[in-house]
Amino acid sequence: MKLVVVSAGLSVPSSTRLLADRLAAATGRRTDVEIETVELRDLAVEIAHNFVTGFPGPELSAAADAVKGADGLIVVTPVFSASYSGLFKSFFDVLTVLDKDAIAGTPVLIAATGGTPRHSLVLEHAMRPLFAYLRALVVPTAVYAASEDWGADGLDERIERAATELAELAGNMRHAPVREEELIPFEQQLAALRPE
Amino acid sequence: MQSGSGMQFGIFSVGDVTPDPTTGRTPTEHERIKAMVAIALKAEEVGLDVFATGEHHNPPFVPSSPTTMLGYIAARTENLILSTSTTLITTNDPVKIAEDFAMLQHLAGGRADVMMGRGNTGPVYPWFGKDIRQGINLAVENYALLHRLWREDVVTWEGKFRTPLQSFTSTPRPLDGVAPFVWHGSIRSPEIAEQAAYYGDGFFHNNIFWPQEHTKKMVDLYRRRFAHYGHGTEEQAIVGLGGQVFMRKNSQDAVKEFRPYFDNAPVYGHGPSLEEFTSQTPLTVGSPQQVIDRTLSFRDTVGDYQRQLFLMDHAGLPLKTVLEQLDILGEEVVPVLREEFAKNRPATVPDAPTHAARVASAQNRKGVDA
Repeated sequence: MKLVVVSAGLSVPSSTRLLADRLAAATGRRTDVEIETVELRDLAVEIAHNFVTGFPGPELSAAADAVKGADGLIVVTPVFSASYSGLFKSFFDVLTVLDKDAIAGTPVLIAATGGTPRHSLVLEHAMRPLFAYLRALVVPTAVYAASEDWGADGLDERIERAATELAELAGNMRHAPVREEELIPFEQQLAALRPE
Repeated sequence: MQSGSGMQFGIFSVGDVTPDPTTGRTPTEHERIKAMVAIALKAEEVGLDVFATGEHHNPPFVPSSPTTMLGYIAARTENLILSTSTTLITTNDPVKIAEDFAMLQHLAGGRADVMMGRGNTGPVYPWFGKDIRQGINLAVENYALLHRLWREDVVTWEGKFRTPLQSFTSTPRPLDGVAPFVWHGSIRSPEIAEQAAYYGDGFFHNNIFWPQEHTKKMVDLYRRRFAHYGHGTEEQAIVGLGGQVFMRKNSQDAVKEFRPYFDNAPVYGHGPSLEEFTSQTPLTVGSPQQVIDRTLSFRDTVGDYQRQLFLMDHAGLPLKTVLEQLDILGEEVVPVLREEFAKNRPATVPDAPTHAARVASAQNRKGVDA
């Protein structure tokens, strides 16, 4: 399956990217995956430009095509101000403003990183509703990693459980159909307006 | 239209009142309206074929009453085709559009056509008592009625969005019994390309703010559907494109002079750099030769086409500069474009529509029927 990983980490190296890579690797141990990673940091300027000009630049356009064509998504954000980062949200804003169905029906594993475990419910209170709104299929287990989780018990287990769920859900889905531009024939548009 | 490639070249104006970022000065509405007229007259003087004005009903734009302005310009020109970019088919009463543009067509001796569009300002719908959620449906129903009003002397009609008409005659009847040519303009709605194709009307893609691949997708769709509806082959569909240029003899001078206007432009300012934007969209800032090369490349994207309009007078550029730009466009760029576009243009590709040609073709059809 075509697995696309979206990471909104800002530092290099980034714990957000680290978590994203571990989730991708765990998924790859369960099913054949072709992994493409989208680093939003590299797209930050093009994302801002998209808001101003209304169209995506070349790099952003390629990333958007990858996400739209994915059989499964792993999306990981750092927690900022009790939510996903603005950059993370902005990417999905520009992705779906022109195509509201861009990731409808796509299996998604949601994950987040933060400095303290007190923010872990961001996944349930911010991330899950966002992807539910976009009509993606979010797997039941969401993975949060606070600084103290790295090296502690429990994170591995959650990564493995979430990866299993994503691999199974994506495996059960038929390959994502290439969405054709829908066109209503003009006669049909006219007919719909004729008074009864 | 001048003979040559069968193409029409012209300009289209948004009619924005924008401060000149280099001086901070904002023209008055009166100055801007007069400037639009001066620009149209200059277009005729330098040998361009078309002047089109936008339609807006909110500041900072002035052209709320396009046929008034175009009628005035018609009286002061001999050859220029007067058009719009666009006329709001959604919020204007189609009966009034039928009347206004038929009147303009008579006064201008046939030098009038019209481009239908849906506008880009959401609140304009409620200002005219319409529902924005019905945008596409309004465009479909209103145009269907307009199309009949120009072709049938007596119309009885009932629809969803307007008072029914019983034995109604829109006056004046179109000049020589031939309706003004209609373009349908859209940037991103395939429904509008489909509508243009259904009627065999022209399709104008205002590609100035968009990458070429997108323009190609929309024009290809229109051409395919034009052929599907039996109006001719795909290459016989009538296509128009937007463009946006700023020129000086030396390209560095053009870039230097235009940059502050670009950086502060209401539509795309404070975003990508001028260099990024020119590489991603048809905006060309440079020498006349660069503008010629870029414009000729449009044909590689959409095939041989009929009308090329340039946006020349926005983002606060002073009138004097715009008139200089039109001199360069008319004297150095368009003559070369006419010549180059005419090369290798298949004889089967139709010329740009004119009233005279449409009258002749209507008479031919009558002759065949009789």
